[in-house]
Formats: sequence, C-alpha cells, structure tokens
Amino acid sequence: MRRSENLVYAAAFVALALAPAYLGDYELSLLGRFLAMGILAMGIALVWGNAGILPLGQGLFFGLGGYALAMHLKLTALSPGDIPDFMQWNGLDSLPWLWVPFESGFFAIVAALAVPAILAAALAWLVFHRRVGGVYFAIITQALALAATTFIISQQGYTGGFNGLTDFSSAFGFDLSDPHTQLGLYWVTLAILGLMFITGQWLLQTHFGKLLRAIRDGENRVRFLGYDPAPYKVIVFAIGAILAAIAGVLYTLNLSVISPAMIGVVPSIEMVIWVAVGGRDSLAGAILGTLLVNFAKDKVSSAFPEFWLYLMGALFVFVVTLMPQGIGGVLESLMRGSKGEVKETAIMPAVMMVGEKPEEKVHT
Amino acid sequence: MTESSLLIGQLFNGISVASILLLAALGLALSFGLMRVINMAHGEILMMGGYLTYMTLKVVPHGIGYLLGVVVAFVGAALFGGFLEVTLIRRLYGRPLDTLLATWGISLIMQQGARSIFGPIGDEVTAPSWLSGSINVASGLNIPMVRLFIILLSALVLAAVVLLIARTRVGLLVRAVHQDRDMAEALGINTRTVDLIVFAIGSGVAGLAGAALALIAPVTPTVGQSYIVYAFLVVILGGLGSVLGTAIAAAIVGLFSAGAQVFTSVSTSDVLLLLFVIAFIQFRPRGIVTASSRSLEES
Repeated sequence: MRRSENLVYAAAFVALALAPAYLGDYELSLLGRFLAMGILAMGIALVWGNAGILPLGQGLFFGLGGYALAMHLKLTALSPGDIPDFMQWNGLDSLPWLWVPFESGFFAIVAALAVPAILAAALAWLVFHRRVGGVYFAIITQALALAATTFIISQQGYTGGFNGLTDFSSAFGFDLSDPHTQLGLYWVTLAILGLMFITGQWLLQTHFGKLLRAIRDGENRVRFLGYDPAPYKVIVFAIGAILAAIAGVLYTLNLSVISPAMIGVVPSIEMVIWVAVGGRDSLAGAILGTLLVNFAKDKVSSAFPEFWLYLMGALFVFVVTLMPQGIGGVLESLMRGSKGEVKETAIMPAVMMVGEKPEEKVHT
Repeated sequence: MTESSLLIGQLFNGISVASILLLAALGLALSFGLMRVINMAHGEILMMGGYLTYMTLKVVPHGIGYLLGVVVAFVGAALFGGFLEVTLIRRLYGRPLDTLLATWGISLIMQQGARSIFGPIGDEVTAPSWLSGSINVASGLNIPMVRLFIILLSALVLAAVVLLIARTRVGLLVRAVHQDRDMAEALGINTRTVDLIVFAIGSGVAGLAGAALALIAPVTPTVGQSYIVYAFLVVILGGLGSVLGTAIAAAIVGLFSAGAQVFTSVSTSDVLLLLFVIAFIQFRPRGIVTASSRSLEES
C-alpha cells in the first residue's frame, strides 16, 4: 500500500515539475502561488488534522514571513540613503530602527522564519501550559489575526498600511520581472514543497507524530500515560507557523506584493477550508485541497463574483457535515474499502465527545 | 471640570459598548456552556436583528415602530436560531471545532445574502423621537438618550435571562443539563429540546443586540463580524456558560476598550485587549466564574 502511494506522489511531483511545458503563463503563476499556499496547508494538516488544534490565525504567520521578506525587497529597490515612498508620505525622514537590519537579506530570511516560530511557540505555551485548549485556542488565534491586521493597517508609516508592501524590482540579485526568474521561482517553490512534504511524512510516522494523534484523540489518556501534552502541542504549532512563514516568503516572491488583506481573519479561516476539502489529516490531501479550492475560486469569482461567497459558505457546511475526511478520506475509503482496514480518524476524537465522561478525578 | 466630564463621558461610552457586547455574548456563552458549541454565525444573527428592525421601521415608520422592530428582531432571530440548531448544529454534536467551521460557512452565506438584498452600504435606522436628544447631566456632559436606552435594554434582558434560569421550570432543566448531561438524560429530560430552547433564546438576544446597535450605527452586512471576535473574548473571559461571568466580562472588555482608547488608538487598544485576555487566562484558565465539577474538563 505504501509503495503504491509513494508512486502516486512521485508521479504527481513529476507532473507538477513539467507544468511549465503545458500550462500558460497565467495558469503557471497561479499554480506557483497555490503551491506556496500548499506548504501552509500542510502545516494546518499537521496542527489541526493530526494534533487536533484548530488554528484560525495562520494568516498572521504567513504574513510575518511575507512582510519580513518584503521589507528586505523594498529596501533593495531603493538607492542608498532613500527611504520607501510610503514612509515619506507619512512624514518619516529616516528609516525606522526596526527596518534597518532588513537591509541584510540573510537577516530577513532568518527573521521571516524565526519570528513566526517564536511568536507561535510563546502563544501556544501560554495557552496550553494552563491546559486551556480546544475552542478557546481557536478563538485566541483568530483574535490575534484580527488585532495584527488592524494594527498593521493603522501603522501606515511603518508598514505601508492597507496597501501593504509592493513594487519590488529584484530579489537576491534576480530581476523579478524576468520570465526566467519567474520560472525558476516556480521550481524553487515546488522543490521546497516537495522537501517539506517528505519531511512532514517522516515526522508523522515518528514517535512524535504518533503522540500528536494520541493527544488529538485522548489528551487525558496521554497525560495518564505519563506524558505532558503541552510541549508537543507547542512544537507542532510552531512547526505549523514555520510552514506558514515559508509559504508567506514564497508567495510574496511569486506575487510581488504582501498586504493585510491576505493575512486577516477571513483569509485565515479560508486556509482551514482548503485543508478540510482535501482531507484534514493528510499532507497530500492538504495540498490537493489548496489547489482545487483556489483554482475553483479563481474561475468562479472571475465569472460570478457574488456567487463565490455563497459557494464558499456552502462548501464549509457541506464538507464538514457530509465529508469530514475530505477528498483524501473518500479516495482512501474507495481504495481500501473492500479490505476493511481500520484507520485512525479525526472525525470524532474521543476527547471531544461531549457525552463521554469515563474519567473521574482521583481523590486521595 | 471638562477633563473629568470627558472621562465620565468615556466611562459612559464604555458601559454602553459593554451592554451591546453583553447582549451579543450572552447567547454565545449560554450555548457554549451547555453544548460546547461555538456559533460563528452568531454575529450574522445580530446583523439579521438589525435588518429586521430596519424593515419593520419601513413598514411602521412612526411611534411604536421601533419597539415593534425590537420584538420582530427578537422573534425572527430566535426562529432562525432554532432552525439553524435543528438543521445543522444538531448534526455536528460533539465536534465543536467542526461546528465552528460549518457555522462560519453559514455566516458567509448570510453576509453575502445581506449584501445581495440590502447592498453593501449601511442602512440607517433613525431613532424614534422619544429617543432622540440627550440628557444634560453636568456642564459639558451630555448623555445621548439612545445610549441610555441601550443600557436599560441590556439590563432588562440580563435580568430576564437570570430570572428565567434561576426561577422557572425551563431554567431548572437548563441547569440540570449544564451540570450533568448524562444524568439529566437518564432522568428523562429531553436534552436536545433544552439545547434547542437555549440556542433559540441566545439567538433572539443576539437579534436584540442588532436592534440596539441599529440605533447608534448603520446596519451593514459586515456589522456582525466587527462584534463577534469581541463577543468571543467576552465568552473566554467570562467562563463556561455563566450568565454572571459573561456580564462581568462584558463590562471588563467594554471599559477596557473605552479606557485604553483615551490613551491610545483603537487598533492599539485591540492589541492590548488581546494581550490582557491571554494574560488573564494565565491566572484563571477557566474564566471569571467557573462551574465546579468532578469530571475532567474538556474544553
């Protein structure tokens, strides 16, 4: 079973690698962006599908990665001593201290990954070490995305405000308007996606991955077995944030713009639905769902802009009620159905059964 | 003198924001405490209450039109909430995170629906004549009648809900299911009906919040979204489904925002509020008022 699965993945990877040969420029640029988003979606599959933590603020980590890189690109586009145009409009006459280190591309890349990871780990630790979780955590991440968005928009002189950061000319010595750069960028995105996919698959079958699923299905039982779930949840949430940040960096390079509109509450929750559509606990499903939903969005919303939100809403309801394992789950049950193999599922984790109450506190 | 009246004015603003938050959060808190369900479409039910008031005033523009609108908003929102519970939320029982996503889908559909029907620009509800104007409390300190009315309305609703839960047969059943669902079921209580009633009442109260909000701001398709995250924070602060905790938490959030806005901008006060909530759950992870239970909490 595993070998045939790997064959399918390898074939899909080759097909994607050859995409520039059979796709038009527009479709290819879309695909590049969506593949970048696929990296983020894998993070959601890890955090949500496998560890049972619903993240509703992944857009924030995506945005931190994107902004860190965009700050560097913005600075390299300037002649020495100049400051970005939006700062001049807002009455700043010198570069704010926060921006100065981003003149180094190396620093920008490190910050793009480290800042989201540290922020995510700190937040997760603050919430999980007090055994708060579930819906509470989901709502706190959502509030975080909201607060970050309003904050970025309000600090126009430092962040570019609502318009975000755009107008980059080159990245690390490559001319961004050159078609060859775009092509190279597509392959870089795909290569990183592949690398992250293999790493993620490996991670899921380690002891760590097994513990994540155990925490999802019965956190208290894991506690009774002598594990503290909090560090595992903190680590997986930080990994999810790093994947989101990598996606943010690649997306910003592919599209040459990052703005608050991409990181707020609504985009953040849309990211979750990509993964729900593809199959929440599978990395391949997360990528598949991202590509399907985003291409559908591109087609539908350009033809019938009003209709898209109805469709999106219906998609949420449909997938969650009737197809909780997503496309991946449907395919899997078709493939394995006759053999009757039992697989771990995320549909109804034991800890979330409201009626269930087998464990009582032990009184000494 | 003027500085202190500014502070008192801001305090008053904080209380009136808190009263709307209370109305918006009460239903969320009740259904979360009872069913562990977070309804993301709650904000859109609030919006629906606003539009129902607006439409009622189109039909009956004078005199008691607004009061009629308040009633229509409550009944309409409660009926819709009941419908939502029966058709969707009941099916997702025991999967709180999935309920959250499905109800988000509902909220998207409702927002777009409102946009298609009423257009993206807000619709104004003009306050009736008996609510216009303001009371002059001290020199330089005017308190608008509408804000006073909103505070009064939410105090009345709070009292009604407290009485309902503490003094009536329905309230007894609600408390029983809240304390121990299995035992309540074993004693023959139809817990699903209790869930339905609580969800419908909570939605109705959100509809009232929409009717109140319509007095001070235009009703827009996205009005629910701008309130819902704060309402969630109130629920987190308040504790699992406690009416008293929700009231205290709404007061804290409302006054915190109004107070912080004296010193900083709205966006900074949002960030501060969130930091405050995260800091708060370090000390009381289960909120202000907690139900003591021997079972392992799973929330």
